[in-house]
Amino acid sequence: MEKAEQRLITEDGRRVDGRGLDEMRPVKIEAGVLDRSDGSAYIEMGKTKIYAAVYGPKEAHPRHLAQPHKAILNCRYHMASFSVEGRKAPGMTRREIELSKVIRQALESVVILEEFPRSAIDIFIEVIQADAGTRTAGVTAASLALADAGIPILDLCPGIAVGKVEGRIVLDPSEEEDKKGEADMPVAMAPRLDSIVLLQLNGRLRSEEFREALLLAKKGINVLYELQRKALSKKFASFSPMDEE
Amino acid sequence: MYRIGTKPYPTKIMHDKLYELILRGERLDGRRPYDYRTIEIKTSIIEKTDGSALVNLGGTKIIAGVKTSLGQPYPDTPEQGNIVVNAELLPLASSFFEPGPPDEKAIELARVVDRCIRESKMLDLEKIVYIPGRTVLVVYIDVYVLDYDGNYFDPAVLASVAALATAKIPVYEVRDGEVVLSHEAKTSLPIRRFPVSVTIGLLGDKIIVDPTSLEESAIDTSIVLGWSQEDEVAAIQKNLQGLISFNVMDEIIRVSKEKANELRTRLMEAVGRVGIEP
Repeated sequence: MEKAEQRLITEDGRRVDGRGLDEMRPVKIEAGVLDRSDGSAYIEMGKTKIYAAVYGPKEAHPRHLAQPHKAILNCRYHMASFSVEGRKAPGMTRREIELSKVIRQALESVVILEEFPRSAIDIFIEVIQADAGTRTAGVTAASLALADAGIPILDLCPGIAVGKVEGRIVLDPSEEEDKKGEADMPVAMAPRLDSIVLLQLNGRLRSEEFREALLLAKKGINVLYELQRKALSKKFASFSPMDEE
Repeated sequence: MYRIGTKPYPTKIMHDKLYELILRGERLDGRRPYDYRTIEIKTSIIEKTDGSALVNLGGTKIIAGVKTSLGQPYPDTPEQGNIVVNAELLPLASSFFEPGPPDEKAIELARVVDRCIRESKMLDLEKIVYIPGRTVLVVYIDVYVLDYDGNYFDPAVLASVAALATAKIPVYEVRDGEVVLSHEAKTSLPIRRFPVSVTIGLLGDKIIVDPTSLEESAIDTSIVLGWSQEDEVAAIQKNLQGLISFNVMDEIIRVSKEKANELRTRLMEAVGRVGIEP
Protein backbone atom coordinates (compact mmCIF):
# COMPACT_ATOMS: atom_id res chain seq x y z
CA MET A 1 0.00 0.00 0.00
CA GLU A 2 1.31 3.42 -0.94
CA LYS A 3 1.93 5.63 2.06
CA ALA A 4 0.55 9.13 1.62
CA GLU A 5 3.38 11.60 1.03
CA GLN A 6 3.72 13.92 4.01
CA ARG A 7 3.31 17.52 2.89
CA LEU A 8 5.92 20.05 4.02
CA ILE A 9 3.64 23.05 3.53
CA THR A 10 -0.06 23.12 4.40
CA GLU A 11 -2.76 24.69 2.27
CA ASP A 12 -2.73 27.85 4.39
CA GLY A 13 1.06 28.28 4.02
CA ARG A 14 2.28 26.76 7.30
CA ARG A 15 5.47 24.74 7.45
CA VAL A 16 6.06 21.46 9.34
CA ASP A 17 7.55 23.31 12.32
CA GLY A 18 4.67 25.80 12.38
CA ARG A 19 6.52 28.68 10.74
CA GLY A 20 5.10 30.88 7.99
CA LEU A 21 6.88 30.92 4.62
CA ASP A 22 8.77 34.13 5.40
CA GLU A 23 9.56 33.32 9.00
CA MET A 24 13.02 32.33 10.23
CA ARG A 25 13.81 29.99 13.09
CA PRO A 26 14.45 31.43 16.59
CA VAL A 27 17.85 33.16 16.53
CA LYS A 28 20.31 33.83 19.31
CA ILE A 29 23.46 35.87 18.63
CA GLU A 30 26.18 36.74 21.13
CA ALA A 31 29.51 38.54 20.77
CA GLY A 32 32.65 37.93 22.82
CA VAL A 33 32.10 34.36 23.99
CA LEU A 34 35.62 32.89 23.82
CA ASP A 35 38.27 34.55 26.00
CA ARG A 36 41.52 33.57 24.27
CA SER A 37 40.59 34.87 20.84
CA ASP A 38 40.83 38.51 19.76
CA GLY A 39 37.17 38.43 18.81
CA SER A 40 34.45 35.81 18.89
CA ALA A 41 30.76 35.17 18.43
CA TYR A 42 28.15 32.49 18.95
CA ILE A 43 25.00 31.94 16.91
CA GLU A 44 22.03 29.64 17.15
CA MET A 45 19.45 29.37 14.40
CA GLY A 46 17.00 26.73 15.46
CA LYS A 47 19.19 23.73 16.20
CA THR A 48 22.17 25.04 14.23
CA LYS A 49 24.85 26.08 16.73
CA ILE A 50 28.12 27.72 15.72
CA TYR A 51 31.13 29.38 17.32
CA ALA A 52 33.39 31.75 15.42
CA ALA A 53 36.74 33.15 16.57
CA VAL A 54 39.18 35.65 15.11
CA TYR A 55 42.92 35.81 15.80
CA GLY A 56 44.97 38.69 14.52
CA PRO A 57 46.08 40.75 12.80
CA LYS A 58 49.33 38.93 13.45
CA GLU A 59 52.44 37.90 11.58
CA ALA A 60 51.68 35.95 8.40
CA HIS A 61 52.89 32.35 8.30
CA PRO A 62 54.54 31.05 6.24
CA ARG A 63 56.29 34.35 5.51
CA HIS A 64 56.11 34.12 1.72
CA LEU A 65 52.32 34.36 1.90
CA ALA A 66 52.52 37.86 3.35
CA GLN A 67 51.33 40.61 1.00
CA PRO A 68 53.19 43.93 0.89
CA HIS A 69 50.04 46.02 0.62
CA LYS A 70 47.46 44.21 2.73
CA ALA A 71 46.71 41.53 5.28
CA ILE A 72 45.81 38.01 4.18
CA LEU A 73 42.67 36.39 5.51
CA ASN A 74 42.60 32.73 6.43
CA CYS A 75 39.32 30.99 7.08
CA ARG A 76 38.49 27.52 8.27
CA TYR A 77 34.89 26.36 8.32
CA HIS A 78 34.74 23.05 10.13
CA MET A 79 32.02 20.78 11.44
CA ALA A 80 32.45 18.84 14.65
CA SER A 81 32.19 15.10 14.11
CA PHE A 82 29.12 14.92 16.37
CA SER A 83 27.37 17.86 14.69
CA VAL A 84 25.42 15.72 12.21
CA GLU A 85 23.27 12.56 12.25
CA GLY A 86 25.70 9.68 12.44
CA ARG A 87 29.33 10.70 12.76
CA LYS A 88 31.35 12.80 10.37
CA ALA A 89 35.02 12.00 9.86
CA PRO A 90 36.91 14.67 11.81
CA GLY A 91 39.13 15.97 8.97
CA MET A 92 38.27 18.55 6.34
CA THR A 93 35.90 17.24 3.65
CA ARG A 94 35.75 18.66 0.11
CA ARG A 95 32.54 20.43 1.10
CA GLU A 96 34.24 22.09 4.07
CA ILE A 97 37.16 23.19 1.90
CA GLU A 98 34.78 24.77 -0.62
CA LEU A 99 32.72 26.49 2.08
CA SER A 100 35.87 27.81 3.78
CA LYS A 101 36.75 29.41 0.44
CA VAL A 102 33.39 31.07 -0.23
CA ILE A 103 33.11 32.30 3.38
CA ARG A 104 36.65 33.71 3.27
CA GLN A 105 35.87 35.51 0.01
CA ALA A 106 32.65 36.89 1.49
CA LEU A 107 34.59 38.34 4.43
CA GLU A 108 37.48 39.60 2.25
CA SER A 109 34.86 41.79 0.59
CA VAL A 110 34.32 43.79 3.79
CA VAL A 111 37.52 43.59 5.88
CA ILE A 112 39.75 46.59 5.31
CA LEU A 113 42.83 44.46 4.75
CA GLU A 114 44.92 47.41 3.55
CA GLU A 115 45.12 48.63 7.15
CA PHE A 116 47.42 45.74 8.05
CA PRO A 117 50.08 45.17 5.38
CA ARG A 118 52.25 42.04 5.74
CA SER A 119 49.99 40.48 8.37
CA ALA A 120 47.39 37.72 8.63
CA ILE A 121 43.94 37.47 10.14
CA ASP A 122 42.71 33.97 11.01
CA ILE A 123 39.02 33.14 11.22
CA PHE A 124 37.82 29.85 12.65
CA ILE A 125 34.23 28.70 12.34
CA GLU A 126 33.27 25.60 14.26
CA VAL A 127 29.84 24.10 13.65
CA ILE A 128 28.96 22.21 16.83
CA GLN A 129 25.51 21.25 15.61
CA ALA A 130 24.39 21.35 11.98
CA ASP A 131 20.72 21.67 11.16
CA ALA A 132 20.71 23.53 7.80
CA GLY A 133 21.97 27.02 7.09
CA THR A 134 25.41 26.49 8.61
CA ARG A 135 27.45 28.44 6.06
CA THR A 136 25.22 31.50 6.31
CA ALA A 137 25.08 31.32 10.12
CA GLY A 138 28.86 30.87 9.97
CA VAL A 139 29.34 34.10 7.99
CA THR A 140 26.96 35.91 10.34
CA ALA A 141 28.98 34.78 13.37
CA ALA A 142 32.39 35.31 11.73
CA SER A 143 31.66 38.89 10.68
CA LEU A 144 30.44 39.64 14.20
CA ALA A 145 33.63 38.10 15.60
CA LEU A 146 35.66 40.42 13.31
CA ALA A 147 33.76 43.42 14.66
CA ASP A 148 34.26 42.11 18.20
CA ALA A 149 38.01 41.90 17.52
CA GLY A 150 37.97 45.58 16.58
CA ILE A 151 39.13 44.83 13.04
CA PRO A 152 37.95 47.56 10.66
CA ILE A 153 35.21 46.31 8.34
CA LEU A 154 33.00 48.10 5.84
CA ASP A 155 29.99 46.29 7.26
CA LEU A 156 28.78 43.21 9.10
CA CYS A 157 27.76 40.31 6.83
CA PRO A 158 24.55 38.69 7.98
CA GLY A 159 23.60 35.68 5.91
CA ILE A 160 20.60 33.42 5.52
CA ALA A 161 19.43 30.69 3.17
CA VAL A 162 16.24 30.73 1.15
CA GLY A 163 14.74 27.61 -0.33
CA LYS A 164 12.09 26.35 -2.68
CA VAL A 165 9.86 23.77 -1.10
CA GLU A 166 6.86 22.27 -2.86
CA GLY A 167 6.89 25.14 -5.31
CA ARG A 168 6.98 27.87 -2.65
CA ILE A 169 9.87 30.15 -1.74
CA VAL A 170 10.66 29.87 1.98
CA LEU A 171 13.02 31.69 4.32
CA ASP A 172 15.63 29.79 6.35
CA PRO A 173 14.84 26.19 5.31
CA SER A 174 15.02 23.52 7.99
CA GLU A 175 17.14 20.43 7.42
CA GLU A 176 14.10 18.46 6.24
CA GLU A 177 13.05 21.23 3.84
CA ASP A 178 16.62 21.52 2.55
CA LYS A 179 16.81 17.76 1.91
CA LYS A 180 13.40 17.32 0.31
CA GLY A 181 13.05 20.74 -1.28
CA GLU A 182 13.75 21.74 -4.86
CA ALA A 183 16.32 24.46 -4.19
CA ASP A 184 18.56 25.93 -1.50
CA MET A 185 20.17 29.34 -1.92
CA PRO A 186 22.54 30.73 0.72
CA VAL A 187 22.94 34.52 0.59
CA ALA A 188 25.07 36.89 2.68
CA MET A 189 25.08 40.65 2.28
CA ALA A 190 26.74 43.82 3.44
CA PRO A 191 23.39 45.55 4.14
CA ARG A 192 24.72 49.09 4.53
CA LEU A 193 26.25 48.82 1.04
CA ASP A 194 23.22 46.96 -0.33
CA SER A 195 25.65 44.43 -1.77
CA ILE A 196 25.92 40.67 -1.95
CA VAL A 197 29.08 39.09 -0.52
CA LEU A 198 28.14 35.40 -0.72
CA LEU A 199 25.77 33.73 -3.14
CA GLN A 200 25.32 30.09 -4.03
CA LEU A 201 22.48 28.04 -5.39
CA ASN A 202 21.80 24.33 -5.29
CA GLY A 203 18.65 23.41 -7.13
CA ARG A 204 16.38 24.79 -9.76
CA LEU A 205 14.68 28.19 -9.82
CA ARG A 206 12.97 30.13 -12.60
CA SER A 207 14.34 33.66 -12.92
CA GLU A 208 11.16 35.12 -11.39
CA GLU A 209 11.54 32.77 -8.40
CA PHE A 210 15.18 33.74 -8.11
CA ARG A 211 14.20 37.41 -7.77
CA GLU A 212 11.58 36.56 -5.17
CA ALA A 213 14.11 34.43 -3.25
CA LEU A 214 16.70 37.19 -3.25
CA LEU A 215 14.20 39.72 -1.88
CA LEU A 216 13.10 37.27 0.82
CA ALA A 217 16.74 36.66 1.78
CA LYS A 218 17.24 40.42 2.11
CA LYS A 219 14.31 40.58 4.51
CA GLY A 220 15.84 37.92 6.76
CA ILE A 221 19.27 39.52 6.47
CA ASN A 222 17.94 42.83 7.79
CA VAL A 223 16.54 41.09 10.87
CA LEU A 224 19.87 39.34 11.53
CA TYR A 225 21.76 42.61 10.98
CA GLU A 226 19.76 44.23 13.78
CA LEU A 227 20.46 41.25 16.09
CA GLN A 228 24.20 41.43 15.30
CA ARG A 229 24.28 45.12 16.19
CA LYS A 230 22.39 44.46 19.42
CA ALA A 231 24.87 41.72 20.34
CA LEU A 232 27.74 44.15 19.82
CA SER A 233 26.10 46.94 21.83
CA LYS A 234 25.36 44.48 24.61
CA LYS A 235 28.93 43.34 24.81
CA PHE A 236 30.46 46.81 24.68
CA ALA A 237 27.85 48.35 27.01
CA SER A 238 29.30 46.32 29.88
CA PHE A 239 32.86 46.68 28.59
CA SER A 240 35.29 48.45 30.82
CA PRO A 241 39.01 48.62 30.09
CA MET A 242 39.68 47.84 33.77
CA ASP A 243 38.14 44.38 33.39
CA GLU A 244 40.64 43.37 30.74
CA GLU A 245 43.64 41.35 31.95
CA MET B 1 50.71 54.21 0.88
CA TYR B 2 47.66 52.09 0.05
CA ARG B 3 44.24 53.29 1.09
CA ILE B 4 41.01 51.41 1.68
CA GLY B 5 40.03 49.17 -1.19
CA THR B 6 43.03 50.10 -3.30
CA LYS B 7 44.65 47.43 -5.39
CA PRO B 8 48.36 47.09 -6.16
CA TYR B 9 49.22 49.64 -8.84
CA PRO B 10 49.53 47.28 -11.84
CA THR B 11 46.13 45.78 -10.98
CA LYS B 12 44.61 49.20 -10.44
CA ILE B 13 45.88 50.47 -13.77
CA MET B 14 44.45 47.41 -15.53
CA HIS B 15 41.16 47.74 -13.65
CA ASP B 16 40.78 51.40 -14.59
CA LYS B 17 41.68 50.67 -18.21
CA LEU B 18 39.14 47.86 -18.45
CA TYR B 19 36.48 50.05 -16.86
CA GLU B 20 37.23 52.89 -19.24
CA LEU B 21 36.89 50.50 -22.18
CA ILE B 22 33.70 48.92 -20.88
CA LEU B 23 32.03 52.33 -20.66
CA ARG B 24 32.52 52.50 -24.44
CA GLY B 25 31.33 48.89 -24.81
CA GLU B 26 34.82 47.62 -25.61
CA ARG B 27 37.32 45.11 -24.26
CA LEU B 28 41.07 44.60 -24.58
CA ASP B 29 40.77 41.68 -27.02
CA GLY B 30 38.24 43.45 -29.22
CA ARG B 31 35.17 41.69 -27.86
CA ARG B 32 32.05 43.48 -26.72
CA PRO B 33 31.08 43.08 -23.03
CA TYR B 34 28.66 40.17 -23.56
CA ASP B 35 30.68 38.26 -26.17
CA TYR B 36 32.16 34.84 -25.61
CA ARG B 37 35.51 33.94 -27.13
CA THR B 38 35.39 31.36 -29.93
CA ILE B 39 34.21 27.97 -28.78
CA GLU B 40 35.26 24.62 -30.24
CA ILE B 41 33.81 21.36 -28.95
CA LYS B 42 35.24 18.01 -30.05
CA THR B 43 33.81 14.77 -28.72
CA SER B 44 34.98 11.15 -28.53
CA ILE B 45 38.68 11.91 -28.58
CA ILE B 46 39.90 9.42 -25.96
CA GLU B 47 39.12 5.84 -27.02
CA LYS B 48 39.62 4.32 -23.57
CA THR B 49 36.82 6.39 -22.03
CA ASP B 50 33.09 5.77 -22.31
CA GLY B 51 32.75 9.39 -23.39
CA SER B 52 35.10 12.34 -23.76
CA ALA B 53 35.24 15.89 -25.01
CA LEU B 54 37.80 18.60 -25.59
CA VAL B 55 36.67 22.20 -25.38
CA ASN B 56 38.61 25.25 -26.47
CA LEU B 57 37.26 28.54 -25.24
CA GLY B 58 39.63 31.14 -26.63
CA GLY B 59 42.94 30.26 -24.99
CA THR B 60 41.45 27.98 -22.36
CA LYS B 61 41.57 24.28 -23.16
CA ILE B 62 39.77 21.66 -21.08
CA ILE B 63 39.31 17.93 -21.48
CA ALA B 64 36.64 15.84 -19.76
CA GLY B 65 36.48 12.06 -19.67
CA VAL B 66 33.59 9.87 -18.54
CA LYS B 67 34.04 6.35 -17.23
CA THR B 68 31.42 4.13 -15.68
CA SER B 69 31.46 1.12 -13.41
CA LEU B 70 29.10 -0.83 -11.20
CA GLY B 71 28.94 0.21 -7.58
CA GLN B 72 26.77 0.63 -4.53
CA PRO B 73 24.29 3.50 -4.26
CA TYR B 74 24.57 6.04 -1.45
CA PRO B 75 22.46 5.00 1.57
CA ASP B 76 20.20 8.08 1.24
CA THR B 77 19.52 7.50 -2.49
CA PRO B 78 19.18 3.70 -2.84
CA GLU B 79 17.28 4.04 -6.10
CA GLN B 80 19.66 6.37 -7.94
CA GLY B 81 22.93 5.94 -9.77
CA ASN B 82 25.94 7.96 -8.63
CA ILE B 83 27.83 10.83 -10.21
CA VAL B 84 31.39 11.50 -9.10
CA VAL B 85 33.13 14.62 -10.41
CA ASN B 86 36.80 15.38 -10.01
CA ALA B 87 38.73 18.30 -11.48
CA GLU B 88 42.40 19.12 -11.66
CA LEU B 89 44.13 22.37 -12.50
CA LEU B 90 47.18 20.82 -14.11
CA PRO B 91 50.51 22.57 -13.67
CA LEU B 92 51.06 22.39 -17.44
CA ALA B 93 48.07 24.70 -17.89
CA SER B 94 49.44 27.76 -16.16
CA SER B 95 52.34 28.95 -14.03
CA PHE B 96 49.71 29.78 -11.38
CA PHE B 97 48.85 26.10 -10.89
CA GLU B 98 50.99 23.82 -8.77
CA PRO B 99 51.34 20.04 -8.70
CA GLY B 100 49.74 18.18 -5.83
CA PRO B 101 46.32 17.09 -4.62
CA PRO B 102 43.36 19.29 -5.70
CA ASP B 103 43.44 22.63 -3.88
CA GLU B 104 40.42 24.73 -2.94
CA LYS B 105 40.06 26.09 -6.49
CA ALA B 106 40.11 22.63 -8.07
CA ILE B 107 37.66 21.35 -5.47
CA GLU B 108 35.39 24.33 -6.12
CA LEU B 109 35.53 23.71 -9.88
CA ALA B 110 34.62 20.04 -9.42
CA ARG B 111 31.79 20.88 -7.06
CA VAL B 112 30.36 23.58 -9.35
CA VAL B 113 30.46 21.20 -12.35
CA ASP B 114 28.85 18.53 -10.15
CA ARG B 115 26.13 20.98 -9.08
CA CYS B 116 25.36 22.01 -12.67
CA ILE B 117 24.96 18.37 -13.72
CA ARG B 118 23.27 17.05 -10.58
CA GLU B 119 20.90 19.91 -9.77
CA SER B 120 19.80 20.36 -13.37
CA LYS B 121 18.79 16.68 -13.30
CA MET B 122 20.66 16.26 -16.57
CA LEU B 123 20.92 12.48 -16.10
CA ASP B 124 17.92 10.38 -15.15
CA LEU B 125 19.72 8.65 -12.29
CA GLU B 126 16.79 6.37 -11.60
CA LYS B 127 17.29 4.71 -14.98
CA ILE B 128 20.80 3.51 -14.13
CA VAL B 129 19.79 1.37 -11.15
CA TYR B 130 20.11 -2.39 -11.65
CA ILE B 131 19.32 -3.73 -8.18
CA PRO B 132 17.82 -1.02 -5.93
CA GLY B 133 19.88 -0.44 -2.81
CA ARG B 134 22.63 -2.73 -4.06
CA THR B 135 23.95 -2.23 -7.57
CA VAL B 136 23.85 0.96 -9.61
CA LEU B 137 25.93 2.59 -12.30
CA VAL B 138 28.61 4.98 -11.04
CA VAL B 139 29.43 7.71 -13.54
CA TYR B 140 32.88 9.23 -13.06
CA ILE B 141 33.53 12.59 -14.70
CA ASP B 142 37.14 13.75 -14.66
CA VAL B 143 37.94 17.27 -15.77
CA TYR B 144 41.46 18.40 -16.62
CA VAL B 145 42.42 21.99 -17.34
CA LEU B 146 45.16 21.76 -19.99
CA ASP B 147 45.69 25.40 -20.88
CA TYR B 148 44.38 28.29 -18.86
CA ASP B 149 43.47 31.76 -20.06
CA GLY B 150 40.64 32.55 -17.65
CA ASN B 151 37.17 31.11 -17.04
CA TYR B 152 37.59 27.40 -16.51
CA PHE B 153 34.02 26.91 -15.29
CA ASP B 154 32.14 27.28 -18.58
CA PRO B 155 34.37 25.06 -20.75
CA ALA B 156 34.52 22.48 -17.92
CA VAL B 157 30.72 22.25 -17.87
CA LEU B 158 30.58 22.18 -21.69
CA ALA B 159 33.19 19.41 -21.87
CA SER B 160 31.56 17.35 -19.11
CA VAL B 161 28.07 17.63 -20.60
CA ALA B 162 29.35 16.90 -24.12
CA ALA B 163 31.23 13.85 -22.84
CA LEU B 164 28.14 12.58 -21.01
CA ALA B 165 25.83 13.24 -23.94
CA THR B 166 28.04 11.29 -26.36
CA ALA B 167 29.06 8.52 -23.93
CA LYS B 168 28.42 4.91 -24.87
CA ILE B 169 28.07 2.65 -21.86
CA PRO B 170 27.89 -1.15 -21.65
CA VAL B 171 24.46 -2.74 -21.31
CA TYR B 172 23.96 -4.70 -18.10
CA GLU B 173 21.23 -7.16 -17.22
CA VAL B 174 20.13 -8.81 -14.00
CA ARG B 175 20.38 -12.60 -14.08
CA ASP B 176 19.64 -14.70 -10.96
CA GLY B 177 20.01 -11.65 -8.76
CA GLU B 178 23.39 -10.78 -10.22
CA VAL B 179 24.24 -7.93 -12.57
CA VAL B 180 26.06 -9.22 -15.63
CA LEU B 181 27.37 -7.66 -18.81
CA SER B 182 24.99 -8.17 -21.72
CA HIS B 183 26.12 -8.94 -25.26
CA GLU B 184 23.98 -6.13 -26.62
CA ALA B 185 25.61 -3.17 -28.30
CA LYS B 186 26.56 -0.24 -26.09
CA THR B 187 23.91 2.31 -25.19
CA SER B 188 23.66 6.00 -24.29
CA LEU B 189 23.24 7.50 -20.85
CA PRO B 190 19.69 8.66 -20.02
CA ILE B 191 20.04 12.39 -20.82
CA ARG B 192 17.20 14.78 -20.00
CA ARG B 193 18.74 18.26 -20.21
CA PHE B 194 21.80 20.11 -21.36
CA PRO B 195 23.03 22.35 -18.54
CA VAL B 196 25.53 25.09 -19.32
CA SER B 197 27.26 27.63 -17.11
CA VAL B 198 27.94 31.30 -17.75
CA THR B 199 30.76 33.10 -15.95
CA ILE B 200 30.29 36.80 -15.39
CA GLY B 201 32.90 39.29 -14.24
CA LEU B 202 32.00 42.60 -12.67
CA LEU B 203 33.80 45.91 -12.94
CA GLY B 204 31.85 48.11 -10.58
CA ASP B 205 28.29 47.66 -11.81
CA LYS B 206 29.38 46.77 -15.35
CA ILE B 207 29.17 43.20 -16.57
CA ILE B 208 31.59 41.30 -18.76
CA VAL B 209 31.03 37.72 -19.91
CA ASP B 210 33.74 35.04 -20.12
CA PRO B 211 36.71 36.96 -18.64
CA THR B 212 40.25 36.13 -19.78
CA SER B 213 42.95 35.60 -17.16
CA LEU B 214 44.15 39.16 -17.71
CA GLU B 215 40.63 40.43 -17.04
CA GLU B 216 40.23 38.04 -14.09
CA SER B 217 43.24 39.62 -12.43
CA ALA B 218 41.61 43.04 -12.43
CA ILE B 219 37.84 42.53 -12.08
CA ASP B 220 36.08 43.39 -8.81
CA THR B 221 34.29 40.09 -8.47
CA SER B 222 32.86 37.19 -10.43
CA ILE B 223 29.86 34.88 -10.41
CA VAL B 224 29.07 31.62 -12.21
CA LEU B 225 25.49 30.70 -13.09
CA GLY B 226 24.50 27.23 -14.26
CA TRP B 227 21.33 27.16 -16.36
CA SER B 228 19.59 23.80 -16.70
CA GLN B 229 17.21 24.90 -19.43
CA GLU B 230 15.42 27.95 -20.77
CA ASP B 231 14.56 30.16 -17.77
CA GLU B 232 15.73 27.73 -15.09
CA VAL B 233 18.88 28.40 -13.10
CA ALA B 234 20.20 25.33 -11.25
CA ALA B 235 23.52 26.35 -9.75
CA ILE B 236 25.16 29.60 -8.71
CA GLN B 237 28.57 30.28 -7.26
CA LYS B 238 29.98 33.68 -6.43
CA ASN B 239 33.58 32.60 -6.84
CA LEU B 240 35.75 35.61 -6.03
CA GLN B 241 35.89 38.11 -3.19
CA GLY B 242 34.15 41.42 -3.74
CA LEU B 243 30.77 43.09 -3.58
CA ILE B 244 27.90 42.61 -6.02
CA SER B 245 25.47 45.48 -5.82
CA PHE B 246 21.99 44.10 -5.15
CA ASN B 247 20.47 45.96 -8.09
CA VAL B 248 22.90 44.45 -10.63
CA MET B 249 21.49 40.97 -9.99
CA ASP B 250 18.58 41.44 -12.40
CA GLU B 251 20.99 42.27 -15.22
CA ILE B 252 23.24 39.33 -14.29
CA ILE B 253 20.27 36.97 -14.51
CA ARG B 254 19.07 38.45 -17.81
CA VAL B 255 22.49 38.37 -19.51
CA SER B 256 23.51 34.93 -18.22
CA LYS B 257 20.20 33.42 -19.28
CA GLU B 258 20.56 34.79 -22.79
CA LYS B 259 24.17 33.62 -23.09
CA ALA B 260 23.27 30.19 -21.66
CA ASN B 261 20.70 29.66 -24.38
CA GLU B 262 23.32 30.52 -27.03
CA LEU B 263 25.85 28.14 -25.47
CA ARG B 264 23.28 25.36 -25.25
CA THR B 265 22.52 25.64 -28.96
CA ARG B 266 26.24 25.36 -29.74
CA LEU B 267 26.60 22.41 -27.38
CA MET B 268 23.65 20.51 -28.81
CA GLU B 269 24.95 21.02 -32.33
CA ALA B 270 28.32 19.64 -31.25
CA VAL B 271 26.81 16.48 -29.76
CA GLY B 272 24.42 16.01 -32.66
CA ARG B 273 21.19 16.64 -30.79
CA VAL B 274 18.46 18.83 -32.17
CA GLY B 275 15.72 18.20 -29.67
CA ILE B 276 15.48 16.59 -26.25
CA GLU B 277 13.17 13.64 -25.72
CA PRO B 278 11.18 14.16 -22.52
